[in-house]
Parts: sequence; C-alpha cells; structure tokens
Amino acid sequence: MDGYSLSDLWSILVMQGFSGLSLFSVLLLMALGLAIIFGQMGVINMAHGEFMTIGAYTIYVFSKIATNYFPSLMPYYFVLAIAAAFIVAFGVGYVVEFLLIRHLYKRPLDTLLATWGLSLIMQQIFRSVFGAREVSATLPNWLMGAWKPTDTIDIPLNGLFVMLVSVIVTGAVMLFLYRSSWGLHVRATTQNRMMAGSVGINTKKVDRVTFAVGCGIAGIAGAAFTTIASTGPTSGSLYIVDTFLVVVFGGAASLLGTVASAFSIAQAQSILTFFMTNAMGKVVTLLTIIVILMLRPEGLFAAKVRK
Amino acid sequence: MQAIFNKFLGGKSGAIELLILSALIFLLLPATLDIFRLNLVGKYLTYAFAAVSLVMVWGYGGVLSLGQGVFFGLGGYCMAMFLKLEASDPVSTARQTTPGIPDFMDWNQVTHLPLFWVPFHSLTFTIIAVFVVPTVFAYIIGVTMFKRRVGGVYFSIITQAIAAILTILVVGQQGWTGGINGITDLKTLHGWNINTNSAKYILYYVNGVLLIATIMLCRYVLASKLGRLLLAMRDREDRVRFSGYDVASFKIFTFCLGAVISAIGGAMFTLQVGFMSPSFIGIVPSIEMVIFAAIGGRMSLVGAVYGTLLVNYGKTAFSESFPSLWLLLMGAMFIGVVMFFPNGLAGLYDTYLKGYVSKLGAMFSRKPVGQQA
Repeated sequence: MDGYSLSDLWSILVMQGFSGLSLFSVLLLMALGLAIIFGQMGVINMAHGEFMTIGAYTIYVFSKIATNYFPSLMPYYFVLAIAAAFIVAFGVGYVVEFLLIRHLYKRPLDTLLATWGLSLIMQQIFRSVFGAREVSATLPNWLMGAWKPTDTIDIPLNGLFVMLVSVIVTGAVMLFLYRSSWGLHVRATTQNRMMAGSVGINTKKVDRVTFAVGCGIAGIAGAAFTTIASTGPTSGSLYIVDTFLVVVFGGAASLLGTVASAFSIAQAQSILTFFMTNAMGKVVTLLTIIVILMLRPEGLFAAKVRK
Repeated sequence: MQAIFNKFLGGKSGAIELLILSALIFLLLPATLDIFRLNLVGKYLTYAFAAVSLVMVWGYGGVLSLGQGVFFGLGGYCMAMFLKLEASDPVSTARQTTPGIPDFMDWNQVTHLPLFWVPFHSLTFTIIAVFVVPTVFAYIIGVTMFKRRVGGVYFSIITQAIAAILTILVVGQQGWTGGINGITDLKTLHGWNINTNSAKYILYYVNGVLLIATIMLCRYVLASKLGRLLLAMRDREDRVRFSGYDVASFKIFTFCLGAVISAIGGAMFTLQVGFMSPSFIGIVPSIEMVIFAAIGGRMSLVGAVYGTLLVNYGKTAFSESFPSLWLLLMGAMFIGVVMFFPNGLAGLYDTYLKGYVSKLGAMFSRKPVGQQA
C-alpha cells in the first residue's frame, strides 16, 4: 500500500465504503421484494429480475413523456414515476399470481421452472416493445453531480438517493409486515394456512396481495436502479442469482437477516474488488457465501421454528 | 442372465422404447439428414446426456440441480484441453512468441504452459479426467450439502451460484481458459482429423452408442435396490432415514452419477462441435438442460432424449425464421408443461399411447390366435 498517503488511503476507504453502501442499497431493494415472495411465501420467483426491469422501463417511459411534453415538470417527475413503477409492477404481479403462481403453491421447485419461463416471455416482450438496446432515463438535475465533503472525496448524489429510497422502502416493509393488520394476516397465512383460514382470513387474497407487493417493491428497486445504470431487456436477469443468495444467506424468513446479508455481501464485494480484479472479487464473495451456507444451511438469521 | 438383461432394458416395454430410440438415432436420422444436419442432431444428443442425468438427479433423486452445465463443461473442457494441446504442437505454432502453447495463451502473454494443463498431453489421462474431475467436484458439493441436509430449493440456488462462479472464473482467467471465446480451433484426436465428414459420422454413432449405453446403465441403477430407495426417499425421506439408511450417501451417489453422465456429454460435445466455451456451462444453459428434461418427462430416461431433440429442433427451426417468437414460445411451453403436464411428453405417452403400444408389443410376441392348424 505504499505510494498512497494517509489521507489518500482515508479517501479511498470512504469512497470504496460508499460504493459498497450503494451496492448494498441496490441489493437490499432487490432482496426485500424477494424476501417477501420467497422468504414469507416460499415461492421461487425467477422472474423477479424482470419485475425490476418493469420498474426501470416505467421510469424510462415517464422520463420520455416528461422531456417531450412537460419540460417544466422535469424536476419533479421522478418521484411520481417511482410511485408508478410500484403500481405497474404491483399490477403485473397481481395478474401473474392469479394466472400462474396460485396453481403451484404446493410445488416450490415447479414455481422455479414456471417463473423461469415467465422471465423468458417478459424479456422478449421488453425486447419487442423497447428494442434490444439499452436505454437510460433522463434524470432530473438534482440527481446529477456529487457532494464533496473534502477535496479528495466525491460522493455521487444518485448513490445517496438510492440509499435514501432503500431506507424508506425497508422501513415501509417493516411497518407493512410487523405493524399493519395486513402484515399480521400475511404472517399468519404463511405460518399456518389452515388455521389462518379458519379464523376468517381470506388466504387466497392475502397470497395475491403479498406476491404483488413483493413485485411492486422489485419495481421500486428497478426505478432506483435507473439512476445508476441503463436498462436493457436482460438487466434483471443479471441480478437474480445475487438476490437469491442475499435472501438465502440472510435466512429466508428474516427481514433483519436480509438487511445484514445484503450489507455484508455488498461490502465484501466492494472491498475485494479494490484489491483484486472485478471478477475475482465476485468469485471470492460468492464462494464465501456458499461455504458459510454449507455450515449454516438455514442462513445467518434462521427463524427458530420447529419443523 | 435373463433377469440382468431385463434390468438393463427395463422390461419389455422398456426394450421396445429403447429399440424405437435406437432405430431413430442409428437408422432414420442418418438416412434422412445430410451431414450438416446430422452433426447438429449429434450436438443435441450430447445435451441429451445432461437431460438424462437430470432425470436421475431431479426426477428420481428429488433434488433439482441447476448446475448440470458445470459438469457438462468440466467434461467438455477436459477434452478440449487435450485437443488444444495436440493442435498447438511447436511446428504449427512456430509463429507465436512462445511456440508450443495454445494460441490464446500466447495472446494473453502467458509464456509457459500452466501446471494443470501439462497432464492433458496424455489421452489416457484426459479420458480418466473426464470421469474423475466431475465426480470429485460433485462429491465435494454432494458431501457438504447432503450430509448437512441442504436440499430442495436451497440446493438449486447453491448449484446455480456454483454455475455462476465457474462461468466468471473461466471468463476471467483468459490466459488459462481462453476466456469468453473458449477453446477453439481443435483439429485432431490422436492424429485423427475430427473435422472431416467421415469423422463426424463416426463421432455421431459413437455418441449414439454411448447415449443408449448410458440409458441402459441408468435403467440398471433404477431397477436395483438403490433405485427403489431413491423413489422412497423422494416421497418420504424421513421414513427412509429412520429405517436406518444413510440417505445422504444415496443422494451423493446419484449426484455423482449424474455429473459423470453430463461430463460424457460435454466431452462428446467438444469432439463433435470442435470447440468449448463458457456459453455452455453457465446458468442459462443449465436451466435449458432442465427444460429438456422437463419437456421430455422428468421421470423418463428415453423421454429426456426426445425432449432434448424436440426443444433443440424447435429452437433451431424457429430461430432461423422467427428469432423473437422462439423465446416467447419456449417460455410458454415451459409454463404449459409445468402447469398442465408435470411429467412432460413421457407423461402424455403414458396416459394416451402406452396402452396401444403394449398391445402392439403383445401382438408381436404372442403367436396370432387361430393360425394353428
């Protein structure tokens, strides 16, 4: 590490740590939706990445509309578009659950296969509608640029924004699951479907809404994602394995575990990437996760339930 | 003797199924297709090894491996390394800065052969490696996972991550593996030019024989006590465990067997197609292999072969004329199979056609009534 002065090292540490934090936010946003769908409901949704892409394309469409028809609204459209991304992904998820997922609740491995088929179809639809090339949304000005606390440290604003969104969404999910009556119904249904049904909970409706909320959160993740990278038909599929590992590593049913595992995976990857090549950093991170999973198959924060 | 033979063939109906498949592979297809198309079918049949292995691991073993491409690739890369070393003798690589090493190493400023490449100068070692490397790899994964009772979804996701890791490694270590382009320009196998038409015919038939032999081996395994235990485990794992069986060992054995079968397919792929690249080992090819098995029928060894042929034929035919339609169709097919025909084509066959076929078989084996004078 010679050739770096102490203050250089400090700035590198801060910036690398920050890039780890933005990766953490993206992973966390992706994983939150999956933590609900997979962790709570036990459905393996391989099309989760495509729901994220739906969110990203929604932002793109909104930015097109804003730049072409309402230039004066440019600074504000983004907030509206995020809400739209949630609603669109929620709607698609609702329909998908009705047509496909609800028939497969008893066969978890088959949901994996069916949703993979779904993801192929969705990718092709994206390609037909938006073209095979990557597109990027025009971002409002307040998202551009960087915050400079000292001369050597640059903190990009879009990274801060993604962090803000992930904090808000995490909070909202926590409130939804643990403080609302809906969340109570969700947890009751997943823990004991028959019992929940017999005390008057409409478990089918709960399933549908839960799945749709998970998809909607993926849509928000996609929306946040557009501030960092451009969107293509296959963008979502790049993250699906990482996302599943985050959820599994954290312990499927534990939201706290999801947060912790997203944080540790992102930081490990970001720091290792600095010392090795990009690919090797990723390989080492994934290998470490797999080894830990072999030692603790239930993940870091396993729910203490009798099986 | 008769009993053992029956075990390999899978009884009378199994024998008829094998006979039909052999007639298709060895007579019908070579008679009707030109060498280019036949070589394409040969390539599909190498994928069929992976599909057959998935019938064993997933259909009968009850664990869905999303990393079968890893083993396909391990077998394929072992074979490709041997062929590449043979193709890069000092004379034909004299124009390189370091003659005698594969061209992609030269391009990547690797000046001497990496240590793990050296044994692949020997064909014997290579053939052993095609069997041993995937087995060891599968054994390590199997022991760590099944002994700790990791199963179901978790196993699928972890094998998928392993496929991702291997792809990243192969693509990243360009100087050692040829990177994203893979190992190309393979010419001879022990002095025998594999790119001629006659070699392609021979390789096609060798591949077919190996595939039929593999199916018979799997039939034998399934007809043995192990096969019945596998089914019992898939349905009630706990009961088998409480009866005193070491459930994990059976799973490990099946997983290793599946790995070897896939690896044979990979090695034959390299020989027939003439190259190996990371695009055949990652997540997407691994899932496509599951699709082949699912569409053919996850419980039918022969069905998996038909599934592979059909899906790949469709893929080639459609992607030549309507490339965009193909993905839609494949996705729809996949959803349809999972939702409506969980046992794939073989399931449809069992429900609708099997009665007629066994009547047909009975007609051939029994002397027609009323002809005795």
